[in-house]
Amino acid sequence: MKYVVLVAADPRGWVEATPEERQATMEAHTAFERAVARSGRKLSGAALAGADTATTLRAPDGEWAVTDGPFVELAEQIGGFYLVELPDLDAAIGACRELPRSYAVEIRPVIDIEGYDPA
Amino acid sequence: MTADEALARAVREEWGRLLALLLAQFRRLDLVEDALAEAVEAAARHWAPEGVPANPSAWLLTAARRRVLDRLRAEAMAARRRPLLVVEAHGRAGSTGRRADTGDLVDDDLLRLVLMCAHPALSPESASALSLRLVLGVSTGDIARLFLVSEPTMAARITRAKRKIVAAGIPFGIPGAAELPQRLTTVAQTAYLAFTAGYAAASGPDLLRVELAGEAIRLVRVTLALRDEPVLRALLALMLLQHSRRDARTDAGGLVLLPDQDRSRWRRDEIEEARRVLATVPEATDAVTESFRLQGLIAAEHAGAADPSVTRWGRIAGLYATLESVAPGPVVRMARAVAVAEAEGPRAGLALLEGLERLVPENHRLPAVRAELLVRAGEPEAAGAAYDEAILLCRNEVELAHLRERRSRLGPGPTRPA
Repeated sequence: MKYVVLVAADPRGWVEATPEERQATMEAHTAFERAVARSGRKLSGAALAGADTATTLRAPDGEWAVTDGPFVELAEQIGGFYLVELPDLDAAIGACRELPRSYAVEIRPVIDIEGYDPA
Repeated sequence: MTADEALARAVREEWGRLLALLLAQFRRLDLVEDALAEAVEAAARHWAPEGVPANPSAWLLTAARRRVLDRLRAEAMAARRRPLLVVEAHGRAGSTGRRADTGDLVDDDLLRLVLMCAHPALSPESASALSLRLVLGVSTGDIARLFLVSEPTMAARITRAKRKIVAAGIPFGIPGAAELPQRLTTVAQTAYLAFTAGYAAASGPDLLRVELAGEAIRLVRVTLALRDEPVLRALLALMLLQHSRRDARTDAGGLVLLPDQDRSRWRRDEIEEARRVLATVPEATDAVTESFRLQGLIAAEHAGAADPSVTRWGRIAGLYATLESVAPGPVVRMARAVAVAEAEGPRAGLALLEGLERLVPENHRLPAVRAELLVRAGEPEAAGAAYDEAILLCRNEVELAHLRERRSRLGPGPTRPA
């Protein structure tokens, strides 16, 4: 199964973190990647710039309107993602337990759309 | 034994195991339940005229397998690919030493089914319903009546849960030894939710509720037979103690409260079994186990009092104080306040209720309890006001009738718009 792991956190957490806390956060991510590698593999992943840099497009009236900001303004923001391939949800949950506990983590299965071939 | 009885027994004892075998073989959560249900219907038609087969469960399994294969063939013709359940390969590579899975395969398939149905990624309501349906074979209609929803609503909930299992990759598997106790705790909480749903509302056909509370106990027994965990033993004892009072809980459709129950109608054999089981649960294993154990000890105190007047309220108040430190919450505090009022007088109980309304602002139980204690403290006017508040908030007809009756004993209340 392929999963996207969405990581949400209060952005102030990172800004205000001490060097030791930043080190611990990075070690937690390394532990996550090691846990993924034990029964599967990481396909992709990235940390994202703050939601204040986000640009949103919507076409409520049929025309694309470009606005400043993320989908929803919340204290927690999507701060990054992983795309991983793992045997099952338990393996995904197990790996995510390694991530920093200040995060909220959402695991979403990736689906194949029948008849759509990515270019 | 008639053919109908033989079939009922086979379904009761073998449903979960047969479903687990079908899942392990075909990995099609969307097909196997219907196939097994249809096999049971076929048995109902064939066994009476043709005689009960020598091995009823093997007959059902063969019939269900044939139906799954028919569907798979039909799908192959339509060239449709359906999502498969993630099934842990037996002894899959890289799993050596990590899996707690050493029992025989058949029992482990049933454990896989139990764990899959009570997975923490499912909502507790869905997990309870799914466990009753897939592990125990309780009909969707009966489960709907247990949870006070319509049958189509329950059918949709079960279908949604099955779809999530497949789509999210919830495995038909057994986690490692480090994870297993936590997962069995989820199974226990799932069973307890079904059990309390059976007894929570005082409406609905009571016989059915008792029967389904009994099914929740069966879910714990089935799981306990697969893996012996303190949390399951503590829960079994607690459920047996509560269930032992079922014959005394109602009369002529009304609810009979604990002090007024005819204690000769409590099931002594179940109380004895519960005591034996409870004695084997170690202290302070974890919060959930300890909460079940302490509630069991409290229930055992009531069960041990031949008459309400000899109840050891001091001991019960102490157990509630410990329970509150393990599982704090307004419900526990209210129960503790009642016990303390019995042990030390109504004022001590009332003191424990101070400030609770902030936690349960819309709940009728808090003013109802306060009203009772105020009556005993000799403050009828304050008690009347508390009863009025409780009556305004109460939505349950049976309890409402009880509250009105208690209120009327105090004399006329303030004039209120009807």
